[in-house]
Amino acid sequence: MLDALLVMALGAVLLGAALGYAAVRFRVEGDPLVEKIDAILPQTQCGQCGFPGCKPYAQAIAKGEAEINQCPPGGDEGIHKLADLLGREFKSLSAEHGIEKPKSVAVIDEQACIGCTLCIQACPVDAIVGAAKQMHTIVAQQCTGCELCLPPCPVDCISMQPIGASVETWKWKYPVFKINSTQRDAA
Amino acid sequence: MSALQRLFKFHGGVKPAYNKEASTRLPIAVAPMPASLVIPLHQSIGGMPRPLVAAGEKVLKGQRIGGADGNVSSAIHASTSGTVVAVEMRLMPHTSGLSALCVVIEPDGRDEWIARQAFEFRSASPGQTRDFLRDAGVVGLGGAVFPSHLKLNAGKHGKLDTLVLNGAECEPFITCDDVLMRERAEAIVNGAVIMREILSAERVLIGIEDNKPEAIAAMDVAAAEANCKAGDAAIEVVSVPTRYPAGGAKQLIRVLTGIEVPHGERSTDYGVQCFNVGTAYAIYEAIALGQPLISRIVTVAGNVAQARNYEVLFGTSMKDLMALCAPLPDSDRIVMGGPMMGLLMPGDSVPVVKATNCILVGSQALFPPPPPEMPCIRCGDCAKVCPADLQPFEMYWFSRAKIFGKAQEYNLFDCIECGCCAYVCPSRIPLVDYYRFAKSEIWAREVEKEAADVARERYEFRLLREEREKQEKAAKLAAKTAAGREKAAAALAEAVKPAATPEEDAKKALIAAAMERAKAQKQEVHPENTADLTPEQQAEVAAIEARRAEIREMAKPHLRQDD
Repeated sequence: MLDALLVMALGAVLLGAALGYAAVRFRVEGDPLVEKIDAILPQTQCGQCGFPGCKPYAQAIAKGEAEINQCPPGGDEGIHKLADLLGREFKSLSAEHGIEKPKSVAVIDEQACIGCTLCIQACPVDAIVGAAKQMHTIVAQQCTGCELCLPPCPVDCISMQPIGASVETWKWKYPVFKINSTQRDAA
Repeated sequence: MSALQRLFKFHGGVKPAYNKEASTRLPIAVAPMPASLVIPLHQSIGGMPRPLVAAGEKVLKGQRIGGADGNVSSAIHASTSGTVVAVEMRLMPHTSGLSALCVVIEPDGRDEWIARQAFEFRSASPGQTRDFLRDAGVVGLGGAVFPSHLKLNAGKHGKLDTLVLNGAECEPFITCDDVLMRERAEAIVNGAVIMREILSAERVLIGIEDNKPEAIAAMDVAAAEANCKAGDAAIEVVSVPTRYPAGGAKQLIRVLTGIEVPHGERSTDYGVQCFNVGTAYAIYEAIALGQPLISRIVTVAGNVAQARNYEVLFGTSMKDLMALCAPLPDSDRIVMGGPMMGLLMPGDSVPVVKATNCILVGSQALFPPPPPEMPCIRCGDCAKVCPADLQPFEMYWFSRAKIFGKAQEYNLFDCIECGCCAYVCPSRIPLVDYYRFAKSEIWAREVEKEAADVARERYEFRLLREEREKQEKAAKLAAKTAAGREKAAAALAEAVKPAATPEEDAKKALIAAAMERAKAQKQEVHPENTADLTPEQQAEVAAIEARRAEIREMAKPHLRQDD
């Protein structure tokens, strides 16, 4: 009886020590879950989720402080991916955080720009070029379409323009077989 | 042709009706000059060339109108002399029905060439030769339009074993390579000789399907002549069994050499490179004659009264070209390419481009609409015919379910979209449509992911920069206050420090004397409000002062106690 207890106790101590050592030896720096969530988020840094950027939102999701349906640029697809990653139930995009819009870029009406630099300070990805009292312009390739430059502009010279498909970016449609009337009758 | 040439087999393949006779009865005709040429700037794989001309400019035939954008790109040339009417967006020969930047030229009818000069590739470095071909706009004319200068690279060994010329032309209806080989065999072989020298290839194998005996005969004669001239037997014409898709680059390499190029690797690393015969002809024209690529042979076939091959300037509208062949009244669509891999065109106004090997006119009778798609019954027929050794049914399920990662694991990107699987599918599933859908979705995601990564990097850099600026500001402020304090401390130290030199002593003495004088003056001067008082008042003031002094004296011990 005592032997058995001793053996079990010894086993517990040994395994505990091994686990404790492993916890120290193979310690993971940072939170890999945050990185994984951040990789799914679209990196527009628009703040529509209520957090100052994609990373803080990812951290909040990882901690369970935020829902997964607060990112309008990511859309339903992004929510599906987050739901898969976190094993949570899919929720449709929450209306208070905005709606999914077609991908667009900001365009400055260069005639109207007064060179106030307010938009430059607002841009989270430094995609606006210009200096005080000089005309500003947006580097379209780097613009994430976050719309953060719209409110600070005192002359409302920035507008969002949707990116149309080009021959290079055009996507093949999902094959849908059309049933015409004769086939429907036959069926 | 050597009887001893051992041939190999590729997996799968199908034998559709070839329908090639109609367009090979007549020789190649030169298509008449159209009223206007719409030349798209982007006609090859890679970067979109920059327009080099503006509306109103005069151009000559063969003048460069689009400059290659980077090395993975190819130049574009004016197909004839004339005036640039516009550089604008025009409908592209692409299934999407979208427009892209085109140069519209109004021909002046003189068809005046630029100064043409043969390129001395023997005295040029390989890099110079590649730059020349890039600026001559030579791209693969088999249909993929991959810039040829990138392929004229001997790989890591510096030399090749085998240069393969692809004259298989396996797709139904298309005969442009067939007639080119029949009529211009010598030029093709001359092109092969040039390419062989550039690539330092051991031998040249020209693979032609055995349903083209005239082409094989013509090429044999030209090859024998070239071999005779060179004094060796390096160029060999090989008849390969007719089976679709024997004209796929990997399939032909396998049939001729037995080499199976693995996934994600280049054939040059295995000592083989493959070019279309049309490309060899274009390389000959560019290097030996100094003519950039401005035209090609196009088959017009299908639902037309007189199918034929034409030599067509790029930019000619498909409508003008079709009109030469009298399309039948029930024609309802135009396909660029063949019935297996061709792309449906959005209209007949689109121009002929470098990728246009065939214009296939369709009708309900010739190509009846596909019967309804039925569920997959897992028969495995598609896997039996897949020439790329893939499992099409697996790729189909995952593409259909939009599980793209899994589809990629089944090597979706090794699919050459030959259409064999859809051709044999008993459930008539448009398999290739699913693969094209999945491929373009995966590409789009890849592009989005790259953009997101760039945005993340830029955002993080911005945060870093803001933090750094804040720190720099704080450091500056700290430095400023520290400097102020130091100055005050230095002044204090100066005051306390005893005089060191006699000169300073003298100065100090002077200052002290001046201060003494000032003090004395101050004492001499009475406060003005007491100067004009009567003696009684003055006595009163004195008494008050005395009392004050007395009180101060009395208060002193108390103050000390308080301390």
